[in-house]
Amino acid sequence: MKHESIETNAGLLIVLTLIVISIGGLVEIVPLYFIDSTIEEVKVEGKDTIRPYTPLELRGRDIYQREGCYLCHSQMIRPFRDEKLRYGHYSLAAESKFDHPFQWGSKRTGPDLARVGKKYSNEWHVQHLTAPRSVVKESIMPNYPWLSRNSLQYKDIQDRMRALKMVGVPYSETKAEYEANVKRFGEDVAKNLDIINAEKNLLAQAESGNYDGKPEKLSEMDAVVAYLQVLGTMVDFSKFDEGHFAKFR
Amino acid sequence: MMSSEKSKSTVQTTGHSWDGDLQEFNNPLPNWWLWTFYATVVFAIVYWILYPAWPIGKDYTKGVMNEITYTTADGKTVTTHWNTRALLLKDMQQAREAQQQYLKDINASSYEQIRNDEEKSAFAYSMAKVLFADNCAACHQAGGNGKIGFYPNLLDDAWLWGGSFEKIQETITNGRHGAMPSFKGRLSEEQISDVAEYVLSLSGNEMDTAAVKRGRKVFTTDGGCTACHGADAKGQIFMGSANLTDKIWTIADVPGAESAADKKSAVMQVVTNGKQRTMPAWKGRLSDTEIKILTFYVHQLGSGK
Repeated sequence: MKHESIETNAGLLIVLTLIVISIGGLVEIVPLYFIDSTIEEVKVEGKDTIRPYTPLELRGRDIYQREGCYLCHSQMIRPFRDEKLRYGHYSLAAESKFDHPFQWGSKRTGPDLARVGKKYSNEWHVQHLTAPRSVVKESIMPNYPWLSRNSLQYKDIQDRMRALKMVGVPYSETKAEYEANVKRFGEDVAKNLDIINAEKNLLAQAESGNYDGKPEKLSEMDAVVAYLQVLGTMVDFSKFDEGHFAKFR
Repeated sequence: MMSSEKSKSTVQTTGHSWDGDLQEFNNPLPNWWLWTFYATVVFAIVYWILYPAWPIGKDYTKGVMNEITYTTADGKTVTTHWNTRALLLKDMQQAREAQQQYLKDINASSYEQIRNDEEKSAFAYSMAKVLFADNCAACHQAGGNGKIGFYPNLLDDAWLWGGSFEKIQETITNGRHGAMPSFKGRLSEEQISDVAEYVLSLSGNEMDTAAVKRGRKVFTTDGGCTACHGADAKGQIFMGSANLTDKIWTIADVPGAESAADKKSAVMQVVTNGKQRTMPAWKGRLSDTEIKILTFYVHQLGSGK
């Protein structure tokens, strides 16, 4: 084919250009699907400890995205000494394997949140989300007072879980899928991954957790705090040797 | 005009021509550009050899002459191919070694020994300041003065869960959960009002004598307040109940109230609605040494017991 015939044919030029520039991407990305050590195996006593979000946490994550929290907060602790000292153990690839889309981010206007779970009390989160400067004087974070006022909408929770299931998150609908989850995550976790009982599980977690401090109301605050409190807590690093995860790089 | 000038030069054209006289010149690349390009190619090849680069099946090339050897905290020596995670472990090891003499000292010393040794306490202080800012200041505030209604002041002389080194260490390690129950429905509004009068009278506020008398009765009988706050209302450290006889308030904002009526309503509000407070557990997030250093710091903040 003569160069001239490509240059004078815009459609063909576009197609061939796309092929050429996609080679770079394919060479970098495709092998990652096959290399064994890309995603760390995190098993304690034969069970995966990194699990998909419960229905309530999932709704919290949706609200986190709706409010654009990712614009100022990353969820990715890099393997540097200063980050380890401030935020804790570096993030594992496996820790965001059920995140669609992941919330790694690249801009930290606020601190990283990858391990914010259990660091502060529920009460602190409620106060801080409602009026950040009432607890951190120098904060520039906006107020989110409506989170406590808004009732949590959860009637579509099953659809939300089904959508994630389509992209590979192991929420279960059939008996066989449930059994597979029991085997993989243990029974307590598997129950919360069941799509059929999602509404019931969401309400039960909100009631027992009482995240927003107001047992009489199921608010968006309940969901957001439940989500924040689970971030980075699924791996118990004391169960692994210090160099264990360095093998996966 | 341009074309007639250019056409005289020695630059060749690509041979294409459009609309009869539109030609495309074929200028050679500047040498500096060309050689920079060749240099990047050479750099890439050297990089491929030295660092992890090419995928091969389920594995990848690990790079040569670039191994990292580090020693973990529990003394194991590991050698691995170059990667950023191993680099971090080496970095942590070097930092540990630089601080080792001090950390060892801190680990081996009792709190009293740290307090009485200038060098040890200076090290503990400087390290604790950073730890406190990263982990504690969000609630207890940068200076440790806390927030009435939410988080206890660490600078004062009152310790809900005990101010000894051992108690503070226990609090940081395992966290605490304070629960003041709600008395809405369990006590009538008048009873709550009377109890508030009595509670305020305990710390030297001038209150209505008759109401105080009624309040004391509620405090010891219907209210059952003595179960937690004790018969002397001085609180009990094992359950974190507040001493009501001093002038230190951690939940009801009595010091911030402007009038006697405001003080009373602040107390009534707490009795009516109750209050749950949680101190998170730091075990797991912080090392034993870090907790020890923080304990020392917090103890010194508020003339510890």
